[in-house]
Amino acid sequence: MSIAIRADLDVVQADEHHDEHHDASGNTLLGFWIYLMTDCILFASVFATYAVLFMNTDGGVSGKDIFELNFVAIETAVLLVSSITFGFALICAKHQKRAATLIWLLITFALGCAFISMEIYEFHHLIEQGNGPQRSAFLTAFFTLVGMHGLHVTAGLIWMAIMMLEVTKSGLNNRSITRLGCLSLFWHFLDVVWICVFTVVYLLGML
Amino acid sequence: MSQADTSESLTSDDFIASVKSYLVGFMLSVILTGIPFWAVMTHHFEKPITLGLVLVMAIVQIVVHLKYFLHLDFSKEGKINTFSFLFTSLIIVMVVGLSVWIIYAANALMM
Repeated sequence: MSIAIRADLDVVQADEHHDEHHDASGNTLLGFWIYLMTDCILFASVFATYAVLFMNTDGGVSGKDIFELNFVAIETAVLLVSSITFGFALICAKHQKRAATLIWLLITFALGCAFISMEIYEFHHLIEQGNGPQRSAFLTAFFTLVGMHGLHVTAGLIWMAIMMLEVTKSGLNNRSITRLGCLSLFWHFLDVVWICVFTVVYLLGML
Repeated sequence: MSQADTSESLTSDDFIASVKSYLVGFMLSVILTGIPFWAVMTHHFEKPITLGLVLVMAIVQIVVHLKYFLHLDFSKEGKINTFSFLFTSLIIVMVVGLSVWIIYAANALMM
C-alpha cells in the first residue's frame, strides 16, 4: 500500500476497498448458498421420484437383494471423516497455516477419491450382474439418485484439486479463502445429502 | 495486507474453539450414524420402531451438520442463510411430501 504521499486519501480508499472486499466475500458465500438451495430442490425431486418408483422392480431384484450395509457403512464413514478433515483445512486456511491447509485438503481429496471408487465398484458390480439402470424402474431411480450424488462429489474433487493448485501457487489470500469457504459449503452439503441417501435408500430399503 | 487482515483478528483461542466445534459435530454425527445402522443391521427392534428411529436420527443428524459444519445460526450475518434454508425446506416438504402423498393415494385407488 502506498500511503506515503497522499496519506488521507489512500487510507480512505484502502478502507473502502477493505469493506468492499469483505462484503464481496459475504455476497459470494450467500450467492453460493442460494445455488446450493436450488441444488437441494433438485435432489429433493429425485428423492421423490425414487420414493415413487422403488417398489417397481419388474420381477427383478429389490433393494433387499442388492444392498450390502457393511459396504455402505464404510462409504458413510469415509465421507463423514472427509467432512471433518475439510473442516480442519478451512480452519487452517483462515489462520494462514498454508502447509497444514494443503495437507488436510490432500487427506480430504484422498478420502473423496476412496468414496467415489467404492461407488464405482458398487455400480460396476451391479451392472455386471445384469442389474443395470435399464433393468427396472427401481434400478433407474437408484442409479439416478446415487449417481447424481456421486457426480456432485466428483465435481467437488475436481474443484478441490484446483484449489490445492491455487493455494500452492498464490497462497492464502482473501480470494482463495472465500473460494475454500464455498467449497466447504458444497462438501458439507453433499454430506447432508448422503445422510438422506443412506437413510432413505439403504437403511429403509433393508427394513 | 490481506494476509495480515485475516490473521490479526483470529487468535489461537479461536483456532482451538473452531477445532473443538468441528470435533463435537463429528462425534455427534458418528453416534447418530452408528445407531440407525446398528438398529437395521441387528434387527434389534420391531420394524415400525426401527423405521421411526432411523428417520428421527437422520433428521437430528441433518440439524447437527447444519449447525456444526455449515454454521447456520440466527446471528445478524447468518440469519439470511438460515431463512433461505428454511424456505427451501418448506418448498421441499410441499414438492416431495405432497407429490408422494398424491401418487401413493392414486396408486391405492388404482389397485
